[in-house]
Amino acid sequence: MLNVNDILETIKMIEEENLDIRTITMGISLLSCATDDIDRSCEKIYDKICKKAEHLVKTGEEIEKMYGIPIINKRVAVTPIAMLLAASGGNPVKYALTLEKAANTVGVNFLGGYSALVQKGFAAGDEALIRSIPEALAVTEHICSSVNIGSTKTGINMDAVKLMGYIVKRSAELTEKQNCIGPAKLVVFCNAPEDNPFMAGAFHGAGEPECVINVGVSGPGVVRAALNKLDKTADLTEVADLIKRIAFKITRMGQLVGKEASSRLSVPFGIVDLSLAPTPAIGDSVAHILEEMGLTQCGCHGTTAALALLNDAVKKGGVMASSHVGGLSGAFIPVSEDAGMIDAARSGNLTLEKLEAMTAVCSVGLDMIVIPGETTPEVISAIIADEAAIGMVNSKTTAVRVIPAIGKKVGEELEFGGLLGSGPVMPVNQTAPDIFIHRGGRIPAPMQSLKN
Amino acid sequence: MRAIISVVGKDTVGILAKVSVCCAQRNANIVDVTQTILQDLFAMIMLVDIQNLNCGFEDLSDSLSELGKEMGLSIHVMHEDIFNSMHRI
Repeated sequence: MLNVNDILETIKMIEEENLDIRTITMGISLLSCATDDIDRSCEKIYDKICKKAEHLVKTGEEIEKMYGIPIINKRVAVTPIAMLLAASGGNPVKYALTLEKAANTVGVNFLGGYSALVQKGFAAGDEALIRSIPEALAVTEHICSSVNIGSTKTGINMDAVKLMGYIVKRSAELTEKQNCIGPAKLVVFCNAPEDNPFMAGAFHGAGEPECVINVGVSGPGVVRAALNKLDKTADLTEVADLIKRIAFKITRMGQLVGKEASSRLSVPFGIVDLSLAPTPAIGDSVAHILEEMGLTQCGCHGTTAALALLNDAVKKGGVMASSHVGGLSGAFIPVSEDAGMIDAARSGNLTLEKLEAMTAVCSVGLDMIVIPGETTPEVISAIIADEAAIGMVNSKTTAVRVIPAIGKKVGEELEFGGLLGSGPVMPVNQTAPDIFIHRGGRIPAPMQSLKN
Repeated sequence: MRAIISVVGKDTVGILAKVSVCCAQRNANIVDVTQTILQDLFAMIMLVDIQNLNCGFEDLSDSLSELGKEMGLSIHVMHEDIFNSMHRI
């Protein structure tokens, strides 16, 4: 029989340390729904999502009960809608409204894939879709959007970067009365993964199968609790080993749930995304892990090194625990969703520049950062360009999800509620990069040898 | 199919009896029981066979956690696979 301490350890992780499965995301290919008539395409999309994901939420709840582990979100990711728009033409917002209707019918809390992949240039449908994003996010509640504007193999599409600065700002303006929620559902990627289960950046890539189940695990609280028990004189090799062991256990849970969901739904199992995804709940913070390692507050010098250690150890521990690993896999650092990051940002210890450095060594990028409403589209584009350059050169995924708080200044707060949390408006260097951004064109793909 | 019932709380008379009755009523066969005192807390782990349950898994789980509330104990019923996958390679 199992060891009593092992059993109690698992229960304690779930009960006290906020261990949970963050999301079961069903990826659905909508390529078969493409027609040259947008209304017909919408009908087919609605039917397909409702059929494929009919039992997703119920199955998730059953598994939750069976294993006693909370599964926080059940979500759907679909083929980038720009591909369907290329065939059908018409007003892309119709697709957003159809997806919203389908999301409500199947009961998922987010549906991602109002997306376009334009790392090398705009194909038919791409630009029209991107231009419709602000309106689409304003008239829907559950739809998430993402745009891939660069990759290591193609370089950065600076025309798209220029456009996205304006789109992010416009999204905030159109949702000003809803606390500028629009851009919180919009991610601008470099090297976007095609199998990411986490929102807002989830979409079902063109190379993915017809339908697939991907799982995202979480558990910053568990890592922190374990580190808390470690002697303060333990060296960093011991710290890394401990994180690996915890990451292994957390990921095994994700693997189990993913396999079970896939077998119950008769849908192939895709990947486990080994991520430490924080929530605003106390004790569920990535910043607090870094502080537990010995930093006085997240954002001080040493933060990047501590985060690099954490991110690497999570991957090393998790890789062996799962048969297929993918998605974003790493530690997330969304400011408004992490109690420790919020405190560090409020106290001025955590700045945008430090966050940018941190994104070079961890998963994703500048995430859920509230910036002053007066920030110009050009400055937002430049933030996106900087972040994309880090991803492009380092062959990793980076992303930008910043929220211009319309009418608010540095020091004020923006409240989203729920998993999205709340955040202080952070200072942004407003010196104009306008001429650079307006040049447009492409930043060429980087050298992959002579690395220094 | 087997599940683990874990009971943690202050030791009182009749914990084992009441949990066993609840299992018997739902046709869950008790395979193994371990008890320990952990930092002044009573901890009992019960391995039960749930192959022939006469109710749904949810019903067993809900009625035991309800019993836990009545007795001031924390009772969880979880499929054994979660522990196996987490603690065994």
